[in-house]
Amino acid sequence: MAVEQAKVDPMHQFMIEPMFGSQHWELAGYNIAFTNSALWMAIAAVALWIFVWGGMKRELVPGRWQMAVESFTGFIDDMLEANIGKAGRKYVPYIFSLFMFILFANILGLLPLGVVGLHAFTFTSHFTATGTLAIMSFLIVLVVGFWKHKLHFFSLFVPHGTPLVMIPLIFVIELVSFMVRPFSLGLRLFVAMMAGHVLLEVLSSFVIDGLNAMSSGIGPVVALLSFVLMVAICALEILVAGIQAYVFALLASLYINDAENLH
Amino acid sequence: MPQIAQLAQTYSSQIFWVLVFFGLIFFVIGRGMVPRVMENVSRRDDQIAGDLAAAQAARDQADGQEEAWRKRETENRAQAQAIIAKAKADAAAASEKKLAAAQSRLDKKLADAEEQISAARAEAMTEVEAVAADAAQDIVQRLAGVKVTAASAKSAVKKAMSHG
Repeated sequence: MAVEQAKVDPMHQFMIEPMFGSQHWELAGYNIAFTNSALWMAIAAVALWIFVWGGMKRELVPGRWQMAVESFTGFIDDMLEANIGKAGRKYVPYIFSLFMFILFANILGLLPLGVVGLHAFTFTSHFTATGTLAIMSFLIVLVVGFWKHKLHFFSLFVPHGTPLVMIPLIFVIELVSFMVRPFSLGLRLFVAMMAGHVLLEVLSSFVIDGLNAMSSGIGPVVALLSFVLMVAICALEILVAGIQAYVFALLASLYINDAENLH
Repeated sequence: MPQIAQLAQTYSSQIFWVLVFFGLIFFVIGRGMVPRVMENVSRRDDQIAGDLAAAQAARDQADGQEEAWRKRETENRAQAQAIIAKAKADAAAASEKKLAAAQSRLDKKLADAEEQISAARAEAMTEVEAVAADAAQDIVQRLAGVKVTAASAKSAVKKAMSHG
């Protein structure tokens, strides 16, 4: 390996590359190349389909796999019932799809496929992807809110008991905080996933550089410490993968609750 | 960072494929498979609730039957006790009656026997008296040569006998 190539670029893992010569695919003038990002979305979708399909045996006494799938649907069901109430059940398909898609994307992106020469790609570390999911959830909130409450939906921006003179100011503040939601929702997931992957990449570069500088004496020590830290952060990242998917689904359901029930 | 550096080239493809795959997941898995999984869960919950209710009902019924059986049992026992008491009373009355009859028969027999004995004794007494008078008459005649009349001998004998 040449010396100049030994330098690890921690951002290279986020590069989007068209695959199968699809870089010129277009739809209505927009490029829709099937990229490595799209490939991992497909892998997440297929993995999720296999996972749920394994839980479709509809046995009265569930096996382990069916139990796992049912515990996920039950988890989403409980979360929606706790946050929205009885009306929340009709959002189970949406929130379940959202939660599981993000969860599978996060966890598949963490798979150590580099060991066998493949490169896992975490599309949730791209704000174009997370932003799309966030804006979609936000649009659902708007549609449900205006559908159910018509213009009364604007009362969401005036909390109960606001003094009359404060209403214009409060309205503006609440409106801004409401409009910020899709950005915070999308950015939180994107930043958490990207930060974790960058950290792992930087630590792994420390391991490689430390082993390359074997003769300096301090190099192997740095490599070993970085490796231990990396193992710990891998565990943390698995936790973060689950937590970020949960936070995304939880906030989406809380926003839908605003639309369903106002305050 | 590539997320921003490649934004212009990739945003349309990213958005398109996210929508495609999320749409697939939502319609195939979320709308198609998840409701059936949840339906199965609620079916199981219903069955468990139904089984529990049936078990409760069966238990209540068993309790009721036991209660009824217990009641019938006490009734039967009381009836049996009554029958036994009645039979006992009947038997006691019957045996008393029989005893009374036997007693009166025995009394009668005793009375008869006593009467016969006293009659026999009186007869024997008169006979003894007659014999004694004859003997006294004879003895007096032989010893004193006095002829005693039967009547005076008899009264003398009576006198001596009554003295003991």
